[in-house]
Amino acid sequence: MKIHEYQAKELFSSFSIPVPAGKIASTPREASEAAASLSGPVVVKAQIYAGGRGKAGGVRLVDSPQEAEGAAEKILGHPLVTHQTGPAGRMVNRVLVEEATAVKTEIYLGITIDRSRRLPVIMASPAGGMEIEQIAMDSPEKIFKEWIFPEIGLRGFQAYRLALKLGLSAPETKQVARVISNLYRLFVERDCMLVEINPLVIDSGGSVIALDAKINFDDSGLFRHPEIEKLRDPNEENPLELEAKKNNLNYIKLDGNVGCLVNGAGLAMATMDLIKLAGAAPANFLDVGGSANEEMIEKGFSLLLSDPDVRAVFINIFGGILRCDILARGIVAAVKRLEVKVPVIVRLEGTNVEQGREILAKSGLEFLRASDLDEAATLIARALQGEEK
Amino acid sequence: MSILVDKNTRVLVQGITGREGSFHTQQMLAYGTNVVCGVTPGKGGQEVHDVPVFNTVAEAIMEAKPNAAMIFVPPRFAADAILEAAEGGIELVICLTEGIPVNDMVRVRRYLDIHGTNLIGPNTPGVISPGKAKLGLMAGYIHREGGVGVMSRSGTLTYEAVNQLSQRGIGQSTCVGIGGDPIVGLSFTDLLALFEKDEQTEAVVLIGEIGGNAEEQAARYIADKFTKPVVSFIAGRTAPPGRRMGHAGAIVTGGTGTAAAKIAALSDAGVTVVESPAQIGSAIAALI
Repeated sequence: MKIHEYQAKELFSSFSIPVPAGKIASTPREASEAAASLSGPVVVKAQIYAGGRGKAGGVRLVDSPQEAEGAAEKILGHPLVTHQTGPAGRMVNRVLVEEATAVKTEIYLGITIDRSRRLPVIMASPAGGMEIEQIAMDSPEKIFKEWIFPEIGLRGFQAYRLALKLGLSAPETKQVARVISNLYRLFVERDCMLVEINPLVIDSGGSVIALDAKINFDDSGLFRHPEIEKLRDPNEENPLELEAKKNNLNYIKLDGNVGCLVNGAGLAMATMDLIKLAGAAPANFLDVGGSANEEMIEKGFSLLLSDPDVRAVFINIFGGILRCDILARGIVAAVKRLEVKVPVIVRLEGTNVEQGREILAKSGLEFLRASDLDEAATLIARALQGEEK
Repeated sequence: MSILVDKNTRVLVQGITGREGSFHTQQMLAYGTNVVCGVTPGKGGQEVHDVPVFNTVAEAIMEAKPNAAMIFVPPRFAADAILEAAEGGIELVICLTEGIPVNDMVRVRRYLDIHGTNLIGPNTPGVISPGKAKLGLMAGYIHREGGVGVMSRSGTLTYEAVNQLSQRGIGQSTCVGIGGDPIVGLSFTDLLALFEKDEQTEAVVLIGEIGGNAEEQAARYIADKFTKPVVSFIAGRTAPPGRRMGHAGAIVTGGTGTAAAKIAALSDAGVTVVESPAQIGSAIAALI
């Protein structure tokens, strides 16, 4: 789960990580008032989850409350298109107004889980302001790392050793080491998958300040943090995905036009790949779960059909514990109730598959039945070319 | 032979009185698995499908001498259940639970490494050595005994591969789901080492997916040390970067963990990587 920059900065503050003085605003008027209550020039920053806001015009430096109001007017209520949002962009509903910082030095600081070492890793780089992926490609020698053994935690010498590599003055180094320790505490205590400060800056007065803040939480850890769950912004999520979540379905909207409904995440990904190989493109990822019932199938199906992009539906189920006859009943019920107008390709395999196929055949509905994955791929391609149905 | 589990495996089911634990205990007993005891705190003295239930793993070990544990415990208690099994000296722990916090698993792995406990999962369908023992959720009847080792990060996609093999009359030595989470126990590489030594295994199917670098590590091991033919399919070529595709571990982050990189690494190591999930069975048939 992601949160906004202003929320992440509030969390930083509560972990003693210094951030610029700032206020959140949802109207140009509020932005002006926020600027008036702060001192000196301010930065008006669009609050969306995606990165790349600066280059896209979503971050503006202004000199007066009046200018802050003007900047907010240009940003608020408009979609912001960055390299991470896709062409439609993301609607901006809030701006963060904060005191501008006179930047002397920019640093990158991040903590994540190193999956191959199976340990948390802290990464620091003097090449702050650039994306870490870019630094890794251009100058990997400028990324320094410390791995943490969770049973003893991050030790003071490790935080200091990492800070020392950044080429700062002695007092700056100590301050950065403190930020590293506090950031690790936040990472562990709030069950994060990623925390990132890019850039962490030294200002002209020699103080360390987090200019940006990014946090991704571990969805599996959220049960321990009801206060974090409350920070979720429904405006940042696709409405279909939100609807799916309410029904315990694992759904991700994609760009293509073949809707697919599958049991199991691995098979769902493989099904998307199969659709692509058939010369089409998947409209979504949908895993109804290994133990889906008739009702889940129907909910998943109606979700697929509410996507206007969908021109054909492919149902790919491998029944194990979940029996094919039960599934077939769910599919037939859903198709009858929802008045489906697009071709439906069904491939069933596994427990009670014969009964399942018979239920589909006797339903009086027009299913394109595939006996294996190869045949399914052929049927998808044909359905889209309009040769069948 | 086979790897990890066979007729001599004595199974302890943690969370045996729960809906899932009880249902799958029955299914496993029906398959012929030797389930010798179960544990649910507060339910000691009961029986589930004639299997005695104890309050603690320590008690269960004293009374019934299990050597493998299966964990059907909700996410917030699952890390504790794994540690309790490891502390009691159980050699093989299979954790089926999905949704254990990553921070918990980081700590659990450190403890298991120190104690030499083998963990399968979490978030796995389990392990089956067809004809010998089933320690998992998979439908037993789609499998048949034979010479192909199957390892995967997924559930139903593994059933798909197994089914393609069985329908061609090709049996399996052992099928293992390593788990769909970012931090798991035994890796593809660990299992390859076991399959290499196993006389029953003639070839291996490796079913990977986006996220992490377990497939790349396996590719290195195959190039250096593995002598049997390997067929692989990597799911998620069409998955958008930065999105978690169902499994907590299936995510491309910062350009790492892509299907393309995994396919290239495996192909370079001499593995037959099939483009379509429909080709897994035929690719193995062509090799053996």
